[in-house]
Amino acid sequence: MLVISCIKQVPDTTQVKIDPVTNTLVREGIPFIVNPYDTHALEEGLNLKDRYGLRSVAISMGPPNTEATLRKACALGVDEAILLSDRAFGGADTLSTSNVLSAAIEKLGAEEAVGIVFCGKQTIDGDTAQVGPGIATRLGYTQLTLVDRIEFLDLKRNVIRVRRKLEGRHEIVEAPLPVVITVVRELNRPRYPTVPMRLAAQETEVKVWDNSVLKLDVETVGLKGSPTWVSKIFSPERDKGEIIGDGVGDPEGTANLLIDKLLSKDLLAV
Amino acid sequence: EEAALAQMLAAYRGVWVFVEQTEGEPAKVSWELMGVGAQLARDIGTELCAIVIGHGVEHLCREAFSYGATKAYLMDQDVFRFYRTEPYLDACCHLIDKYKPEIILMGATGMGRDLAGAVATRVKTGLTADCTGLDVDDKRNLRQTRPAFGGNIMATIMCDKFRPQMATVRPHVMPMPERMEGATGAIVREQITLNEADILTKVIEIIRDTKVGVDIAGAEFIVSGGRGLMGPENFAMLQELADELGGVVGASRSAVDAGWMPHDRQVGQTGKTVRPKIYIACGISGAIQHLVGMQDSDVVIAINRDKEAPIFQVATYGIVGDLFKIVPAITSQLRELKASKRKG
Ligand SMILES: Cc1cc2nc3c(=O)[nH]c(=O)nc-3n(C[C@H](O)[C@H](O)[C@H](O)COP(=O)(O)OP(=O)(O)OC[C@H]3O[C@@H](n4cnc5c(N)ncnc54)[C@H](O)[C@@H]3O)c2cc1C
Ligand SMILES: Cc1cc2nc3c(=O)[nH]c(=O)nc-3n(C[C@H](O)[C@H](O)[C@H](O)COP(=O)(O)OP(=O)(O)OC[C@H]3O[C@@H](n4cnc5c(N)ncnc54)[C@H](O)[C@@H]3O)c2cc1C
Repeated sequence: MLVISCIKQVPDTTQVKIDPVTNTLVREGIPFIVNPYDTHALEEGLNLKDRYGLRSVAISMGPPNTEATLRKACALGVDEAILLSDRAFGGADTLSTSNVLSAAIEKLGAEEAVGIVFCGKQTIDGDTAQVGPGIATRLGYTQLTLVDRIEFLDLKRNVIRVRRKLEGRHEIVEAPLPVVITVVRELNRPRYPTVPMRLAAQETEVKVWDNSVLKLDVETVGLKGSPTWVSKIFSPERDKGEIIGDGVGDPEGTANLLIDKLLSKDLLAV
Repeated sequence: EEAALAQMLAAYRGVWVFVEQTEGEPAKVSWELMGVGAQLARDIGTELCAIVIGHGVEHLCREAFSYGATKAYLMDQDVFRFYRTEPYLDACCHLIDKYKPEIILMGATGMGRDLAGAVATRVKTGLTADCTGLDVDDKRNLRQTRPAFGGNIMATIMCDKFRPQMATVRPHVMPMPERMEGATGAIVREQITLNEADILTKVIEIIRDTKVGVDIAGAEFIVSGGRGLMGPENFAMLQELADELGGVVGASRSAVDAGWMPHDRQVGQTGKTVRPKIYIACGISGAIQHLVGMQDSDVVIAINRDKEAPIFQVATYGIVGDLFKIVPAITSQLRELKASKRKG
């Protein structure tokens, strides 16, 4: 049985800026990382491999350089890594992203039954948390989002019981396999690759599936298959405020000035 | 082709808000969405409708009317007692197929994101996440503005060739509309044929978090501390000021990561979004991931000894100086002020 972890390569968001002249994202020289939540998706796939002997596969859709991200997954011990890459897949929103990912999962599932698909809760670039539900809905798998604990996996009965972390509550939910699970950080602590594993990973083959393999209608992938599009991109506007008083030389007086300002705006209930 | 598109677009009318509830208790974000939903409905001359799904939840329709909806689609069946994606997805898609709304808004909560992602995929339309701004252009298309890349950039997203246009909005991003006691509307009852036996997922237990954490997201006054506080013991000083104001203490991620404050106090991208009357940032530099969680506060006060700290760019009032001198000064002066008021 397969356990599949979906991992996305993302720019380190603290480094992303907008070019003030062209109003486009500055992409040059930004380091790429594995989406932090996806390291937990990967870890849980490896856990299930270790504990139940499932076969773990990592998949990622992205440009050719995404191979580096999949190689990191190899170094951690996944059995197979597949890059979904084709010019036609570019510019995807979440609807067309889930289309490509679920086609790949279906293809893998034709060879060997899929038990669990792990996704991160969300990414740190697009940040939508929509791809996991998208994959589940397309494949007709049960979706279990925001999972912070796996209570049990019963491979005789083919059921999984998990704990979901929601606002002000947790839910214990049970569902038959196959399922799509989106994970939060509390689920586990990702392992680090050992040096021999990292070296071995350099040799491992990362398979590349383009659209000649997935055979999706080009109208349903990439930019063409995306109902949403970005019409404008800009830096967040902020009105620069006022520095009041002399906080260094006269903290008491400055505190007084602040209180006066708040009182005059009727912001204090005194 | 263009004519076919125009015809399709014209078939969809109305602004819908999904009313999120757990065991009959509504999530406040649903009412916040009613506020912005009513504005959109006015702008394009259509009606604001509530979607109420659950078991024994008719009272939420009346609640929705008091926040501005004029119609409520009610699906009240046993199978909807607990939220599970499958039945709620079926219910939403049933309503969408039958009544064709042009806009659907949901809270960007655990439940809202779970449902919205599934619905948009099944009806094959676009979904924009975590919007902070929503308005319409002259062709009644929704302009959806949202932060991405951890708040480093803003993007305006369109979904002009597909209907419905779907968006989620985080709690506390939109202001709460005023409640109109006694407002009424039409309830449209709908049902789907779905039995418990058809549903594979079982909710075994709902565990309410017992540790009654402080709800910083709902607070009107927040005094937050960052790495500049130097240690957990100094948060008592912030608590004193918060007590004086009738508010709560928040924290930056650095303070939380250091173990000085629990995670439920964290403000920002990976913490809570807050929108208090007054937000006082003490010893917080103002990293973008922090700013996205508090920049919509009515008044921001920043206290930092580094006058170049980015927090001053969002501060209504900035004080450059040592927080260990300034915070106690504010607290004691507030105390005196109250004491003198009491004396009359
Ligand atoms: C500024 C900007 C704003 C955007 N806003 C929207 C929007 O509002 N709505 C929209 O539909 N699209 C939006 N997009 C497009 C969106 O970022 C991409 O579609 C992206 O491919 C997937 O969305 P995400 O990053 O939000 O993933 P999420 O849905 O947050 O990802 C959840 C999980 O899905 C898996 N996953 C996601 N992408 C991949 C991948 N390529 N390969 C493998 N696994 C993956 C990972 O496990 C990940 O943790 C936006 C893009 C930009 C540049
Ligand atoms: C993916 C991601 C998500 C994140 N999510 C969040 C989030 O949700 N919330 C969040 O807050 N951060 C978040 N961060 C972290 C964020 O980038 C910053 O690292 C963090 O906000 C910094 O916290 P700080 O301002 O307390 O500390 P610092 O940046 O170290 O700032 C401390 C400030 O205190 C001032 N100071 C020191 N001593 C004094 C004194 N005596 N008097 C006055 N001022 C003093 C200093 O001048 C300095 O400006 C996230 C980062 C990433 C990458």
